[in-house]
Amino acid sequence: MSTVKLTVNGKAVAVDVEDRTLLVQLLRDHLNLTGTHVGCDTSQCGACVVHMDGRAVKSCTMLAGQADGASITTIEGIAKGDELHPMQAAFRDNHGLQCGYCTPGMIMSAIDIVHRHGGQLDEATVRTELEGNICRCTGYHNIVKAVLDAAGRMKVSQAAE
Amino acid sequence: MYQTTYHRASSVDEAASLFAKGSESKFLAGGQTLLPVMKQRLASPSDVIDLGKIKELQGVELSGDTLIIKAATIYYDIMTNADVKKAIPAISYLTSVLGDPAVRYRGTIGGSIANNDPAADFPAALLALGATVKTNKRSISAEDFFQGLFTTALEDGEIITAVSFPVPAKAGYEKMRHPASRFALTGVFVAQSKSGEVRVAATGASQSGVMRVPAIEAALKANWSPAAIDGVTISANGLLADIHGTAEYRANLIKVMAQRAVAAAR
Repeated sequence: MSTVKLTVNGKAVAVDVEDRTLLVQLLRDHLNLTGTHVGCDTSQCGACVVHMDGRAVKSCTMLAGQADGASITTIEGIAKGDELHPMQAAFRDNHGLQCGYCTPGMIMSAIDIVHRHGGQLDEATVRTELEGNICRCTGYHNIVKAVLDAAGRMKVSQAAE
Repeated sequence: MYQTTYHRASSVDEAASLFAKGSESKFLAGGQTLLPVMKQRLASPSDVIDLGKIKELQGVELSGDTLIIKAATIYYDIMTNADVKKAIPAISYLTSVLGDPAVRYRGTIGGSIANNDPAADFPAALLALGATVKTNKRSISAEDFFQGLFTTALEDGEIITAVSFPVPAKAGYEKMRHPASRFALTGVFVAQSKSGEVRVAATGASQSGVMRVPAIEAALKANWSPAAIDGVTISANGLLADIHGTAEYRANLIKVMAQRAVAAAR
């Protein structure tokens, strides 16, 4: 057992876990943050994507201990109170989900994509960048639309700040 | 995953001594291969020694005609590094088609070559560019380092610290990506050194891991152009065959990927 200290959605936490605990297990089983999903468990589907120090990583492919000292943001941590994050709002408005299983990972990856590409996003770039996130319902069409929509909104909200 | 004990090392020396204390230790860099393998219970190290936070293993240096990429540098940092783009743009490109964005934030060059997966991308770059692998004990040429499927010249407990690449005159890389895993179904790295030597390495193709392709090297030495490879025949003997492609298919891919790599080389 080890004590892992990290910041999760802005809150400092210390969790006693077995060394073999994955970051996704720490989030879901110890902190009850079940918005982060386990899809394939083989590092391919991206349902478990969270942000570690601002970068989108697969929380099923990290030991909790590797995140010691890091700042983690999950899908639960991106809305401001009742106000959805622009990416969440764009997914809702564009019907970018059906069953919703992949959505938390999609949204966390998509925010990272917009951060990296800013206003330079086009459809082809979004499709390439989303290849680590698998969706079995939507055919991706509305997801891509949502990300492009959100890229515009995030640019506008950044400019307003 | 079986029980294990996790250690975070803060220096290469500390990592080596932690490794020696465990009964069956393994080094962990980005963990993008080791952790999935541990989850499948195909590996069960007693101790996992994390190299990912060691400062001396991070970063890229370009001095003269040598590009040094330290072992725990993640793919994303290699892909976006200005010196890599300037000195060997083919390496920057290779990292951009390796895995997916989340994998590129965690995976490292040292982890890739230490694992020596027969379909990994970096072994082809090292072999074609005539790179040197630096460890905490010695320097090993790429030719000697890769010794077959998942096998390298590394001794138990030896730590890769950096890879040193001579800057080539031209280099290019192209691969046919497996659509699910993003590994190379076959990938070919072509390089022409500043002294005019041509080296071509294929990954994902051979049953014995990354390999040179002498027939294509000879053709390109005579005439550095995609058309020069038209007449080359690649034997399917010893090539991988699985549900994704036959040995004959991969033999053809070596040729086609080499032609595309030459066309893309700069």
